[in-house]
Amino acid sequence: MMTQSTSAMFEALRQKLGPQVQSVRADRENEVYVLLRDADIRPITEHLRGEFGARLVTVFAEDRRSAEGVFFNYYVFEQKGSAQYLIVQAPVRSDSLEFPSLSAELPAVNWQEREIQDWFGLKAVGHPNPRRVALHDNWPDVYPLRKDFPLETVLPPFEGERHIYRPAFGEGVLQVPVGPVHAGIIEPGHFNFAVAGEPILYLQLRMFYTHKGTEKLFEKLLIHKAVFLAESISGDSSFSHGTAFCQAIERAASIEVPLRGLVMRTILLELERICNHVGDIGAIVTDVGFVIANAHASRLKETMVTLNEQLTGSRLLRGMVCVGGVRRGWDQVQLNTLRDTLDSFAREFQDLISLIDRSESTRDRLEQTGVLRPDKARDLGIVGVGGRASGVDLDVRRDHPYAAYSRYPFRVPVYQAGDVWHRMQVRIDEVNESIGIVRKAMTDALQREFRVPVPSIPSDRCALSAVEGWRGETIHWIRTGPDNHLQRCKIKDSSLNNWPALVEAVQGNIIADFPVINKSFNLSYSGTDR
Amino acid sequence: MFKILQKTASTGTVTVNYAAEPIKISERFRGRPDFDFDKWKDARPAAEVCPTGAISLSDKGDSRKVTVDYGLCIFCGLCAEASSEQAVRITQEFELAASDRRNLVLTAEYTLNADRTHRGLRKVDRKSVNVETDVENLGKKARETIHKILGRSLAIREVDAGSCNGCELEIVALNNPVHDIERFGIQFVASPRHADMLLVTGPVTRNMELALLKTYRAMAEPKVVVAVGACGISGGIFGVNYASLGGVDKVLPVDVYIPGCPPRPQALLHGILLAIGRLAERLHNDRAG
Ligand code: SF4
Repeated sequence: MMTQSTSAMFEALRQKLGPQVQSVRADRENEVYVLLRDADIRPITEHLRGEFGARLVTVFAEDRRSAEGVFFNYYVFEQKGSAQYLIVQAPVRSDSLEFPSLSAELPAVNWQEREIQDWFGLKAVGHPNPRRVALHDNWPDVYPLRKDFPLETVLPPFEGERHIYRPAFGEGVLQVPVGPVHAGIIEPGHFNFAVAGEPILYLQLRMFYTHKGTEKLFEKLLIHKAVFLAESISGDSSFSHGTAFCQAIERAASIEVPLRGLVMRTILLELERICNHVGDIGAIVTDVGFVIANAHASRLKETMVTLNEQLTGSRLLRGMVCVGGVRRGWDQVQLNTLRDTLDSFAREFQDLISLIDRSESTRDRLEQTGVLRPDKARDLGIVGVGGRASGVDLDVRRDHPYAAYSRYPFRVPVYQAGDVWHRMQVRIDEVNESIGIVRKAMTDALQREFRVPVPSIPSDRCALSAVEGWRGETIHWIRTGPDNHLQRCKIKDSSLNNWPALVEAVQGNIIADFPVINKSFNLSYSGTDR
Repeated sequence: MFKILQKTASTGTVTVNYAAEPIKISERFRGRPDFDFDKWKDARPAAEVCPTGAISLSDKGDSRKVTVDYGLCIFCGLCAEASSEQAVRITQEFELAASDRRNLVLTAEYTLNADRTHRGLRKVDRKSVNVETDVENLGKKARETIHKILGRSLAIREVDAGSCNGCELEIVALNNPVHDIERFGIQFVASPRHADMLLVTGPVTRNMELALLKTYRAMAEPKVVVAVGACGISGGIFGVNYASLGGVDKVLPVDVYIPGCPPRPQALLHGILLAIGRLAERLHNDRAG
């Protein structure tokens, strides 16, 4: 099943790193696993990045001590122009518990490696900043994702410091702590600003306040129930995460979703994008005082959320996606509502955008504000809207087509300026593209089946699934277990590796601009913390 | 400027007049699952599929106790799909807020046949689920409290104690021009010191417990606490685990519980109005005593 480019890649790998590669398997199209003999990921990473320009998508671990006597680290790579994911599986010995860190060269995996340290008790040797990230400093030494840690463990009460921030030195340098509870109706996180007068010197973040044991909980739930947990990873991305999860199960169990189901998923994924993007556009302009534009934007969002409910019974598109397709079809009345609502939305959206475009003062405030330079964005591994506004040309819908995206060509907007204005511009362009996709998809495959019956899910199968949520790349990786359960479910919301983008973009800006810069990324705390 | 005015004028009034008149919501909306206990011949399929354990069974010999907890329900509709249409039906009811946690729980007791299906219904305990639905009256009373007793607008401090952010989306929607909560004289404020009401979402994570307590303690008396959504009420799908405490009332005294996953804006408003009633009582008692 291996395609030509993989086998070429693999041949090259074998020649270069022969003794270190134990085996290669392609469980299915576009998902190739390379099993190493030891934990040393560095030579193969260097090779894949150097020779093939591969990008390291995500890093995560699995406790396989009872089955295979080791932990595994998984390194997911993708290569520009190939729909394939190459997953390097590196054993981490349970007597040493050490693996070499890649963070010094690849800051994109900084938090992810530390998460492995915190949740599995493995040590990232050579990590430039190996402090805790996914458990706060006042947690006892527990490793929640190890198999011998029960989900329901009752931990002793907190003692000690929650997090020790690096002190800021220098004349006139002040530290300003904010959070975890913020002024507005937003999620909790702690921001520690070092400021010199007005400008921000640097920002330290403390996330994971909303950590609620989600990945561990996936190992307890029946798969059909776990779909609802996936929908609750990040409420604003219920459909993206729900779909990513169902796709993973379908890939593991070789379930083929009927075309109509794929088309409906595509439509709903785009409606989720439209709702959130238009909401964000309103939120961004509010922060620079354009309240009227926000009133229109939030009203437009409300009409789309109401449409969501007409199509799925839920304003957040919940309870619709299922393993095997979608739970309900649409009748003609619903399709008409979809068409009419989208038409009037499209008209009003253009009005909204021209309102904003005419506002010189809005543009003035947003241009050159919160700049993330393209080279920085690339180095930090920034994905999604924030990446595309800074020259990172990635979009899972185009690069690793899923659902029915290959049927509806669309444009991926990419800008180089990397400021708040262009992050808003990416959203505007994407809303327009989404409208186009939904219009084409609306009349497609109308009379067909939307769901197949799901057999019992075979045990011990691994599968990777990716979705371009409205925020960006959303990855789920699973290993199935007996009796329709999972042994492991790894979730990577695009927010996790995008926080450093915020840290970078606020530097040198005044603290008063922090809210608008933060909103222009609009990352999910719950998606990060799980 | 002209363009802005034109846009504003052509849009007209969009605010819906909930709670003064009942609102039209899509017939697809999934609200409270309703159980016809007489016609329910077997509760097992529904209990088996229910993702959060909102429907639970305990069998003893040839009798079965069925418990339905709307505080755990995420309104997925699976119970209705798994049961006969006469027995379990998804309604469009959303005004489910209750000031007593027990009012969100129903129980029914059955005798069983040999194949574990229901032979007869022994008794049903409905408590008072869904009694406080007179929103018009609630709205009127709330307005009176806000104007006459508080003499200013009601201030709400929202705290996300670990939600998935779904509840936040609906709370933010309360402020949009369609739902426009400010027309009741209700405002969201930044400082807990100015707040009369604490609106809490999320299962209360271990990492948010302290911040939640601090916010509560910073509020002046009298104050009310509202737990929002399945997570805020019971931990919802997250339940109780090493990182999740399983609901706001594990940490704070809760005055009103608002079911939903998330509760739609009108459901939030209904619960908030109910809580204003509680606040009025407290103010009244304070003054009397
Ligand atoms: S609708 Fe509520 S009671 Fe019914 S299955 Fe879903 S969570 Fe359980």
